[in-house]
Amino acid sequence: MSVIAPNFKLSKFIVSILGDVFWILFLIVLVGIPAIFIILFFIPLPVINGELLTPFLALSWLVNPTLTLPIVKAFMTTDIFRVMAFPGFGFAALLAASVIFIERKMMAKLQLRVGPFYCGKVEGILQLMGDGLKLISKEIIIPAKADKPLFWAAPVLFVATAAAFVALIPVAPGWVVADVDLGLLGVFAVIGFFPIITILSAWSANSKYPFIGGIRALFQMVSFEIPLILSLLGVVMVTGTLNLSEIAASQSSFPWIIFLPIGAIVFFITMLAELERIPFDLPEAESEIVAGWLTELSGMMYGLVQLGTYLKLYAFAGLFTVLFLAGWHGPMVIPPFPSELLTNGLEMGPITLTIDGLPLFTQEMLNGTLWFVIKTMAVIFFIILPRGVFPRVRVDMLLNLGWTKLIGLCFVNIFIALGLLYAGVLGPGGLQ
Amino acid sequence: MATELPSDVNSSEVLVDQTSSKWLPPGLALQKVDERIMTLNVGPQHPGSGHMRLIVQIDGDYIVACDPDPGYVHRGEEKMAEYRNYITNIPHLERPVIHDSCNVLYPYVLGVEELLGIEVPERAKYVRVIASELNRCIYIMYWLAIYGIFLGHSTMFMWPAGDRELLIDLMEKMTGARVTHAHFVPGGVRNDLPPNFEEVCLRQVAYFEKRIKEYAAIFYDNPILIARTRDTGVLSRQDAIRLGTTGSVLRASGVDYDLRQKEPYDVYEELDIHSNVMKEGDSYARSKIPWLDMMESCNIIRQALQKMPKSGSVRVKLKPNPKGKGLDTVYKRVESGRGSLGCYIVSDGKPEPYRVKLSVPSFRNLIALPYLLKGEKLGNMPSVYWSLNYWPVEADR
Repeated sequence: MSVIAPNFKLSKFIVSILGDVFWILFLIVLVGIPAIFIILFFIPLPVINGELLTPFLALSWLVNPTLTLPIVKAFMTTDIFRVMAFPGFGFAALLAASVIFIERKMMAKLQLRVGPFYCGKVEGILQLMGDGLKLISKEIIIPAKADKPLFWAAPVLFVATAAAFVALIPVAPGWVVADVDLGLLGVFAVIGFFPIITILSAWSANSKYPFIGGIRALFQMVSFEIPLILSLLGVVMVTGTLNLSEIAASQSSFPWIIFLPIGAIVFFITMLAELERIPFDLPEAESEIVAGWLTELSGMMYGLVQLGTYLKLYAFAGLFTVLFLAGWHGPMVIPPFPSELLTNGLEMGPITLTIDGLPLFTQEMLNGTLWFVIKTMAVIFFIILPRGVFPRVRVDMLLNLGWTKLIGLCFVNIFIALGLLYAGVLGPGGLQ
Repeated sequence: MATELPSDVNSSEVLVDQTSSKWLPPGLALQKVDERIMTLNVGPQHPGSGHMRLIVQIDGDYIVACDPDPGYVHRGEEKMAEYRNYITNIPHLERPVIHDSCNVLYPYVLGVEELLGIEVPERAKYVRVIASELNRCIYIMYWLAIYGIFLGHSTMFMWPAGDRELLIDLMEKMTGARVTHAHFVPGGVRNDLPPNFEEVCLRQVAYFEKRIKEYAAIFYDNPILIARTRDTGVLSRQDAIRLGTTGSVLRASGVDYDLRQKEPYDVYEELDIHSNVMKEGDSYARSKIPWLDMMESCNIIRQALQKMPKSGSVRVKLKPNPKGKGLDTVYKRVESGRGSLGCYIVSDGKPEPYRVKLSVPSFRNLIALPYLLKGEKLGNMPSVYWSLNYWPVEADR
């Protein structure tokens, strides 16, 4: 961006960053270390170097890097790390937050404006944090005649379902929260849960516009689920498995989009509809039904639904990457870990240090994550792009598209997959 | 082509319970309860309504009846005009449509000139034409931006809203104000053009025309837009005439009626004006006509700049408190951004007008809305509603 914010002074910027660092350290000492203590107290602790890791031992080891790294490595093998941090919720939420920022900036470029600019000093990078603070601080207003338990539960269920969807996506070889054999079936089950939550929220609000929006969402999601499932059958046929990690692993030499382009296109279109993105954002059509099924949600309830929406966006883009774009496969660009650090150690002034816990991540895992993120971001770019180009479609146009054209294309795709199988070009596991 | 109007011409009959003897405002009257029918109050606090309310009854996704309820922004402009003299009326009479302020003031100024017997200098007439055409473009850009966002096309909201600034800057150079110009006065215009106005105007208008031609690629030729607005809200030629619609709505239904051609005022008869007419009468045609009008406005501006006398006075000096000549009436009308805009002035020989009546195109076009929405899908409501080129503030005056 060529524009510089008015009143921008580098010295003030540096001072503010130093102030932030001070407060972060202050809070870590006051809150962070006790929190670590509490967490270490409750989680089942691993055995390291032959002795059980107690919180006291862990804290005393934290000062010694040769002993800290094994603790971190042991923590990374636990389920709680996978669910909360890396392939699960935290990673997905981070990507979703960056997607919101990228979307805002991209739409601004497309529409000849600047976009978020002031919040966070650099290109409005903290705008999302500001929005989140605003949503948290707002009062939650619930309609008087709403069915309150359901109305409260719906946003939470929405985020939980989106997080369950995220848990099924493999990011790197071996890095997936739930590596189930029927992974794709699990995806269909999770996707089938969204319309129920939507109609629950819409109906329990006991208001007209949410009701119309909820009915529209139900129509849209249910009628697009069939082409969604059918479009993925081709991939299942040629790979012969429903396990998402195995599907990704089967594309080591080429992605399935080369052989099944129609399936990929149909899946992409149904994905837009399931995500309620423009041109299929009928359930939230602003000029017709205010905000659709989100109309009565206020404050952080709305924020939770937005978080769930973007988690869902990431999960769908990740699913597209895994099924059609070869998942984590890509040229090796991460340099190998220097093995002399393990054998000879690190020269730090007068002492030589041999660190046992390294490397924390393998080279394959880092490379796979990098390629997965790049491909997913590319898919998300194409999901966002129609928002700047197309107006909204109408319900009848949408249903016509879903029930006639897309299902027809799905069957074409299935016949292509069958033809490839019977001609002997492809078989379970890849090229024959 | 339909030969007669729908039978229930007054749609409020459908809504108001006939058994109740007491009259109630629309929306409050008792209604026959039908389990299938849901009544939606679209507005006044609704992103797709403007300063008005549409009482829409829907059966599933289909609109059964629609009852527009304007009047939320009635400001008594006509009554206010009776307490001010002919000159001090100018700033507040342009308030109904501030985005089209020159055109909204034009019939009043023409009428006052006829009442007071003022001869306007030739150069002032050309300056008025340029200002009014620029203002028409500014209004249509604003209208187009809202039409874009009504259809969920956010780029079409941002682009016209941004490109509109070009002409607003031009008007600022010309009149000193960005939106409410108060530029036309009886006897000419308030100020002469700035020294280098002609070249700046030609440059800005050329760029503006290039930009609006780009809108075709993203908006008017967009397959989804065409599929959404083609054959929706069709107003036949006869219905358009019988309902009394004007401007772009009338011309989209195949009636070639442009006041700049049919009843030329000021110097429009000396300019070569092409009137844009489409035969379809659907939302798409109604939304495309204003866009074509903008290109026509650019041509008119170029012609006017060419033919304009390069020097001379732009204003006749008036007496401090001009009075009409006894009991006199005058009716003048111009083609505004929305259609024929008339002003009826009654003078009783005093410095203040006895009565000023604005005949606004927005209200005439709104009359067509209940017929167009009946039987349409709810998803077509925003596009049909806004394609009528309706400005709620103007309709309420």
